Amino acid sequence: MRRAGVAGTLIWALCAILAAVIVLHARYTADLSAFLPRHASATQRLLVEQLREGPAAHLIIAAISGGDAATRAEVSQLMASRLRADPSFAAIDNGDEAQLRRDREFLFDHRYLLSPRVTPQHFSASGLHEAIAEALDVLSSPAGPLVKPLFLRDPTLETLAIIESLDASHAPHIAAGVWSSPDDSRALILAHTRASGADIDGQQAACEALKGGFAAALATLPPPRRAALTLSMTGPPVFAVAARATIKGQVWRLSSLSGACIAVLLLFVYRSLPVLALTLVPVASGALAGVAAVALGFPAVHGLTLGFGVTLIGESVDYAIYLFIQRASDPRAALWPTIRLGVLTSICGFAALLPSAFTGLAQLGLYSIAGLTAAALVTRFVLPAWLPRMPPVRDLTAAGSSLERFMAHLRPARGVLLVLALLAATLLYLHRNVLWSRELATLSPIPRTDMQLDERLRVEAGAPDVRYVVVAAAADRESALAAADALSARLTPLIDAGVIGGFESATRFLPPLATQEARRASLPPTAVLRSRLQEALAGLPLTPARLEPFVHDIESARTAPLLGPADLATTSLGRAVDALLVRSPSGWSALLPVAAHGSGDLSSAAVEQVRSAVAGAAVPADLLDLKAEADRLYAGYLRDAVRLALGGLIAIVLLLSIALRSPARMARVVAPLLLSVLIVAAVLVALGHALTILHVVGMLLIVAVGSNYALFFDRTATHPHTDSVPLVLASLLTANLATVIAFGVLACSSVPVLADLGATVAPGTFLALLFAAWLAQPPPAAAAPLSPT
Amino acid sequence: MRPLLPGCAVLACTLPLLGQPLLCTATEPTGEVTAFGELLKLLSERRHGHVAFTEVQQLSILDQPLHSSGELVYDAPDRLEKRTLAPRREDLLLENGMLTVERDHHRRSVALRDFPQAAPFVESLRATLAGDRAALEHYFTVHFSGNLDRWSLELIPADATLRRSVQRVLIAGERDRIGTVEIHQSDGDSSTLTVGPELPP
Repeated sequence: MRRAGVAGTLIWALCAILAAVIVLHARYTADLSAFLPRHASATQRLLVEQLREGPAAHLIIAAISGGDAATRAEVSQLMASRLRADPSFAAIDNGDEAQLRRDREFLFDHRYLLSPRVTPQHFSASGLHEAIAEALDVLSSPAGPLVKPLFLRDPTLETLAIIESLDASHAPHIAAGVWSSPDDSRALILAHTRASGADIDGQQAACEALKGGFAAALATLPPPRRAALTLSMTGPPVFAVAARATIKGQVWRLSSLSGACIAVLLLFVYRSLPVLALTLVPVASGALAGVAAVALGFPAVHGLTLGFGVTLIGESVDYAIYLFIQRASDPRAALWPTIRLGVLTSICGFAALLPSAFTGLAQLGLYSIAGLTAAALVTRFVLPAWLPRMPPVRDLTAAGSSLERFMAHLRPARGVLLVLALLAATLLYLHRNVLWSRELATLSPIPRTDMQLDERLRVEAGAPDVRYVVVAAAADRESALAAADALSARLTPLIDAGVIGGFESATRFLPPLATQEARRASLPPTAVLRSRLQEALAGLPLTPARLEPFVHDIESARTAPLLGPADLATTSLGRAVDALLVRSPSGWSALLPVAAHGSGDLSSAAVEQVRSAVAGAAVPADLLDLKAEADRLYAGYLRDAVRLALGGLIAIVLLLSIALRSPARMARVVAPLLLSVLIVAAVLVALGHALTILHVVGMLLIVAVGSNYALFFDRTATHPHTDSVPLVLASLLTANLATVIAFGVLACSSVPVLADLGATVAPGTFLALLFAAWLAQPPPAAAAPLSPT
Repeated sequence: MRPLLPGCAVLACTLPLLGQPLLCTATEPTGEVTAFGELLKLLSERRHGHVAFTEVQQLSILDQPLHSSGELVYDAPDRLEKRTLAPRREDLLLENGMLTVERDHHRRSVALRDFPQAAPFVESLRATLAGDRAALEHYFTVHFSGNLDRWSLELIPADATLRRSVQRVLIAGERDRIGTVEIHQSDGDSSTLTVGPELPP
């Protein structure tokens, strides 16, 4: 016994050191990745890629509020000029005149390569006549003064045609020379960070730089002007940074809080510091083993897993509690078989999570299996060896006896449970249509108010969420552009037909080389152009001599080099191209976001028409409905979670039926668990919660944890002479309180996934204990102590 | 997925709205103050109008003037539609501060305050029709001359940036009927819109 104890301690110490080394070298993340599927379809991969690495993942919208428009504009300009020098940012756009002028100049300078109207026919005598006549109409319209300065160089108004093809529905309003909200209460800055979406440190540096830029700009203002100004920021980088900070802060705070509460509880129960210290050994070992296992099994340990891990404190502490409180003369014989079966049922429950596509769940499963196994092994092989040297803990027999009497009084009222079960089932049945939450957003750690600010600023800044995107895959950039060109040709008629409101395409600013070449070749040589103009201007109020600047521009365009991505670098149009033409692991993708009329969604008929237009383009492309895709992803998670939870339940029931070998005993163990799950679900629904994945997982945990209690009651009923019923009761209540504390603390979290899990498991395990005691077969000996009272 | 290119429309209309709140001066001689007030009142009482128009534009870049014609429809106080029918159909609608142009099934909308350079061309007429003194004096310095039976308004853009493109707008009329709208641009170009007969609704 002593030799074995020494060996056990040595092995434990070695494993602990090994695990500590793994834990110290593990990679930790707290980004969106926990919510993304591990095995995704091609469209989901694209969705995920866009969420992680797409240009949208780099966009921060900053809003300056307070003060007057002129002050806000001044701060916006100061921030922009400072941040443009900061390597954290690829670009800073705030609507200032200089940027817009560069964009306009680019479109004007390259109009004959960019305008889709440039064809040989367009530059024939009749084509020119028609185009110039039309331009004269524009000249006489209120837009006249705008095009007048361009007219002699661009009499066919190609520049206007290009600008008109751009979707203008969400252009930000300009106040005092910078982008502003429509109500003139905020100046808006769009900052494109250079760090990748997954590089949260880089994103954090960018957020800090924006705040620093704002502070520096304020410092140049006299105090009365700066007082009222505030900066708010939104966008995926801001959310990622905030989510990481929240998860980090919560994991630390929640573990400390539940650790402290459980320590106080155990100190109160044991009245012995050394025993408390010993109880924490399996807990700490379990946590260490859990993190090490996840670090080995996954590319990175997610912060949420550590958050879920708080709950492990509540469970792994149980084994030591049973050991210390029940103080059986031979713990190996008395306790171990029950603990072993309890650990095995819990492992069955958690193992069901391992195949989950939802990375967060899979990590939780592995973490818990490793943690519980380690905690149980330490309780079994390490602690007993240390136990004889420990001072005795407080004897809880008296407290346990009162519990036992209380349960004996309850027992006759078992019918109540049947009524409760029926009520709960009825309630769930009545709510069957609103039972489940259907939005992925319910898993997001970002508070709803921040989401609303994000939506508002996006609309104001002209960067609304895109729902429909036509995606074309290609081997290289040029073929992707060619595919986008073919798709544009199919989609444009849908705008004229009123089916869609508009669409965007990289080819507007960067047409495929073949298209550019064809356009360039459509431009007639000077002599030909002059003679065609002679004919074209007949009947129009101007002579060919007037249009010499046009003739000159056409001649330079005929010999100008074709456009490449580098030519767009100094414009904000380059950002649009980067957004619409993305490199993917398998090559390149061209994205063509499609907008409905107004701000609504496309009708299903419109979606079908877009689909058939896309099919007609004869390029490998597809219409992606991002919202539907995200909802499908979430529905998949939910289906997955329900299926896995049922699988876990079946595994647990199978395990118990093998171990208990009696349908009656099985029923007594399983009934309280199912009853608790039913009632917790009914209460959650009655309180207005739509059930999420984490509620489902919580229900599985109720079964996994609660089965341990039920097994102890089963044991006291079948081994009446070896156990002290009052001590078993006292130890179970203590263990359950520890679990309720751990999950209860989790329920207070502001991270929805953690809160959902806590709010399910805390009440559920307590009910499982209560119902298990209620339904337990009274031990034959139990009648004796009761009779004198 | 998020977009992409905010603000393309701004490309089309990007003269920044410069300047501080505009000071408006009532410069008309005392005797005419009342006449101007009466005119505005008279104009504001007219709730609806539907007339033909012809327009002639003199542009220095062209060798001959541009002619166009169509209809004007006005509904008090803030809806003004200019339907150009010849030589080509074009609808221009100013409604509740939004300016919408429709040509060849293409519609563009922009808020007038985001596009102040259009004000002399459209708001001058709308505000006069509505008798909207506040709007007139927001964008212009107003000079009234004549009497109720035969009056003219000279509108000079109050904003210096706007004055760089439009020198003045002259609106002449008789009682609550507008006769002509002349727009004189700073580069010497001008346009004259002549209001024709009342059309059946």
